Amino acid sequence: MSPAFDKAAIDDIIAQHQALPGALLPILHAIQHAVGHVPADTVPAIATALSLSRAEVHGVISFYHHFHSKPMGDNIVQICRAEACQAVGARELEQHATTKLATALGNTSADGKVSLEPVYCLGNCACGPSVQIGDEVHARVTPERFDALINELKVRELEMSAPHAKEGEANS
Amino acid sequence: MITVYVPRDTTACALGADAVAQAISAEASQRNIDLQIIRNGSRGLFWLETLVEVTTDAGRVAYGPVNASDVGALFDASFHEGKDGHFSLGLTEDIPYLKNQERVNFIRAGIIDPLSVDDFKAHGGYAGLDRALDMQPQAIVDQVKESGLRGRGGAAFPAGIKWQTVHDTPPQQKYIVCNADEGDSGTFADRLLMEADPFQLIEGMTIAGLAVGATQGYIYLRSEYPKAHEALKAALANAYAAGYLGDNIAGSGKQFDLEVRLGAGAYICGEETSLLESLEGKRGMVRAKPPLPAIVGLFGQPTVINNVLTLASVSSIFEKGAEHYKNLGVGRSTGTLPMQLAGNIKRGGIVELAFGSSLRSLLEDFGGGTLSGKAIKAVQVGGPLGAYLPDAALDISLDYESFAAASAMLGHGGVVVFDESADMLEQARFAMEFCVVESCGKCTPCRIGSTRGVEVIDKIRDSKGRDDKQRDDNLILLEDLCDTMEFGSLCAMGGLTPFPVRSAIKHFPEDFGG
Repeated sequence: MSPAFDKAAIDDIIAQHQALPGALLPILHAIQHAVGHVPADTVPAIATALSLSRAEVHGVISFYHHFHSKPMGDNIVQICRAEACQAVGARELEQHATTKLATALGNTSADGKVSLEPVYCLGNCACGPSVQIGDEVHARVTPERFDALINELKVRELEMSAPHAKEGEANS
Repeated sequence: MITVYVPRDTTACALGADAVAQAISAEASQRNIDLQIIRNGSRGLFWLETLVEVTTDAGRVAYGPVNASDVGALFDASFHEGKDGHFSLGLTEDIPYLKNQERVNFIRAGIIDPLSVDDFKAHGGYAGLDRALDMQPQAIVDQVKESGLRGRGGAAFPAGIKWQTVHDTPPQQKYIVCNADEGDSGTFADRLLMEADPFQLIEGMTIAGLAVGATQGYIYLRSEYPKAHEALKAALANAYAAGYLGDNIAGSGKQFDLEVRLGAGAYICGEETSLLESLEGKRGMVRAKPPLPAIVGLFGQPTVINNVLTLASVSSIFEKGAEHYKNLGVGRSTGTLPMQLAGNIKRGGIVELAFGSSLRSLLEDFGGGTLSGKAIKAVQVGGPLGAYLPDAALDISLDYESFAAASAMLGHGGVVVFDESADMLEQARFAMEFCVVESCGKCTPCRIGSTRGVEVIDKIRDSKGRDDKQRDDNLILLEDLCDTMEFGSLCAMGGLTPFPVRSAIKHFPEDFGG
């Protein structure tokens, strides 16, 4: 099986960062940014470049919630589970989201579109419940607003796959 | 030309500020109105976001909360000429929520363009650094001691003493590390400061470098703050371009380099020793102390590690003097603490006050009570490891000593409000569950005790109202477990998780079937 990533690109990333003091996290961030996750096949190259054992690199990847060693869904949707959001309905929102997407927190929906992740605080605590999609935080997310956000994701995806469809809709 | 301000901070954008800015720009060009939009940081009045401001002869006039769909109506009411209308809030500075604060850290927030060095300097920025550049390192440390500044991250350790220790180590590579891993739920002051006034932090870290002889600094920022990351990267680049970082700071011949590094979603990395491990590229496992980070810190070198607000406060201490800072606050809690009103609160946001006002006044006069309109049941101050306080305890004074005396913690100033619908058994259970998820795993009482804690609380939930003996037995077991965690853990994660649990049981026994 061929790896689902460009090995030369990974080597470039490692070469760019390896001289930094404490280079491992910057390298892992850069790889995840490029590939979407940190493939297990990249671990040996990282370990060699930083004079670490593969176990040490794996240990770091698995320690941090942010790093994923398996491919994720097309969109990462994070629901804040922390206290400030709980005080304004995050527990109910979590229930709603897992039902709506038919997946548990920490898993990806069956169609592969959405990975639903827990997060503990997005720093938007005055206007919760908070949800982050990609790099965008959304405030005051009621179950209805959550459904609208998920639908927007699907519409955006349709537009991306069929660029002319949007014009047609606008004219109709 | 008309100048309009639309905030760019995380919360404003989460409430649609980008769309508001676009709508204003589009509407203005359609109406042939010559107008420039500056994306400022937020004033921290989050319940009014998106808060749009317009410059007038009398000062900046505010409108809010504005949605993109309201922009046409705003123009119809001539908001761009500062006229009154549906969303009009009058002069921004006269909004009581803002007017009644004593802002030190947030004095420029929402006023300046966060990424402009010139704007920062025009509002008093870098005056402190200029002063520090003329001082001997020991004199700088003495100023910080004189101010009484204490660490704002939660532990409230005197900053000057930490700095003195690093200053006194023999000359070698030393580091300044900023703890910007603001993971406590209900806190967002660090985030807003970095998004609204990042040069204040950069200036404070530079002064710290001069004080202890460190030439390299790192800001360890949590990965959950992408906007703060963008703001810091841009601000650092601008500070370098303006000659305020690098090997010749402000033409002095002195060196200080600064870099931002991202965490990766581990709450424990807000603990200073695990943060240092993480910066070194390792798992964020807590280190035993001693040795103190001030002596053996980052990469084994002497390191000042302070919270964002601590380092930022240094900017103001050197601009206005230690005496000025010390005269704010009460007793050994000097200066101001930006309180963060969060959770079920009508008017959430940043309220920066000198230490010593009452929690109830903060919740009622500023916060306006709960968002739901129901009675307040519990307030958690100081993050997920802070105690839950009942209504009867809300007259407490906001200072470190009063909170410690009440077995509570002021911490980083986060205040999370719950209304009467909250179930405090569930909140206690969550405290244990959070510890399961976020424990680094080094200490057994924290790593395993938290899992047992969830199980025991589940047993209490199952037996309450049905089997009093089983419930009581499990409450005793939970109390023992809390003791083990509190006294058998290296750091605050395991050591303080019992605080929210015990306070919930003590103040809300009815939720535990009592």
